[in-house]
Amino acid sequence: MKFLCVECDRQMAFEERRLPGDGTLAAAFKCPGCGRVVALLTNPMETQLVASLGVKIGGRTIDEQPLETVRSMVATGKDDAFADGGEKGEGRGPMWSRDAQERLARVPGFVRGMVKRIYVDYARERGIAEITPAVMDTARAELGLEGM
Amino acid sequence: MPLNFRTYHELTDPDRSGLPEQIGAQRRRVAERVAGVRQVVAVLSGKGGVGKSYVAAGLSRAVARRGRPVGVLDADLNGPTAPRLLHLPVARCTLRGDAIEPVVNAEGVKCFSMALLVEDGRPLAFRGPEAESHVWRGALEAAALREFLADVAWGPLDLLLVDLPPGIQRFQELADLLPAPPAVLVVTIPTPESADAVRRALRAVHDRGAPCLGVIENMTGGPFAGDAGDSLAREFDTPLLARLPFHPGVHAWDALAQRLGSAS
Repeated sequence: MKFLCVECDRQMAFEERRLPGDGTLAAAFKCPGCGRVVALLTNPMETQLVASLGVKIGGRTIDEQPLETVRSMVATGKDDAFADGGEKGEGRGPMWSRDAQERLARVPGFVRGMVKRIYVDYARERGIAEITPAVMDTARAELGLEGM
Repeated sequence: MPLNFRTYHELTDPDRSGLPEQIGAQRRRVAERVAGVRQVVAVLSGKGGVGKSYVAAGLSRAVARRGRPVGVLDADLNGPTAPRLLHLPVARCTLRGDAIEPVVNAEGVKCFSMALLVEDGRPLAFRGPEAESHVWRGALEAAALREFLADVAWGPLDLLLVDLPPGIQRFQELADLLPAPPAVLVVTIPTPESADAVRRALRAVHDRGAPCLGVIENMTGGPFAGDAGDSLAREFDTPLLARLPFHPGVHAWDALAQRLGSAS
């Protein structure tokens, strides 16, 4: 999927992705020539199809997690299917639930990496296998991170 | 007057989304994970109910008894049976580093299955819009298969048996995901109806360039009459590896494992 500014004959560049939380996706693209911005708006079915491929429009904010698609998409999963066995060498750390990933994606890009690291370290130190919005809320309260 | 503008392949600027690169990274992850597997073998049939999972389980246990490291990937996402057939212990899936550890049975067979993840007695259901769900459900199941290959710590194995559901779609997905099409073990029952369905599947295997290790005729000596095993083996110039009766004993499985060892 690419966008072309026909008037400038320039390939438009990805600017920003938004997940409003209603199953849709919005992505903005900007022409590097004239500065015109267009938004790609996908309906829930289109959004789901992209998500089903395991790819992220605008690129990934965090590394692909083990069984990421299965864990985020299966609606009838066991609550206790997974246990955290700890890290092996340079592992990827705790998993991120789909809702947590969406919430992280809404954090402004320039502080997102730092915010992510804080949550990962918080989860690692407490042996938490999966970062969920509830874990994020607890971390914010405990670590005094209101606003993140 | 029609607009004159460039098309997709004519735009070559770097793209921050990098969707092709993301897909490429997924494929590399699969390739890296299965690099330690000497042979991936798809257990396949065009026909349902012929005993693919039963054969995969019995064969894997026999291979393990011979001291060879073996795994079973249960690719029947909607009707997973491998954990019960392999007598897997009830266990949570352990996340360690960048992978999920497979569950191991008493004989040392490693296994991963959707049955380990989905609530007992409930169907595999996905989050998402219900309308037109057929559009994305197939893509999600293929993604689940990819993650079972890429994200399970299979470790070094002599043999990874992929227990496929009936039909040919999951085989095509598997062949798409792996660096090379997998070898195939074909399971049939003796009847001509089974031969008809399995023939179509074998033709797809042949067209895909996947090597066929042989045919296993299951449920022989019972109420199912016919010679599907022999006729398919002749037609596709592949060995008939075994005729398995109802309730085959340990010796039948061991003989199949030995035969497969010399055929692969």
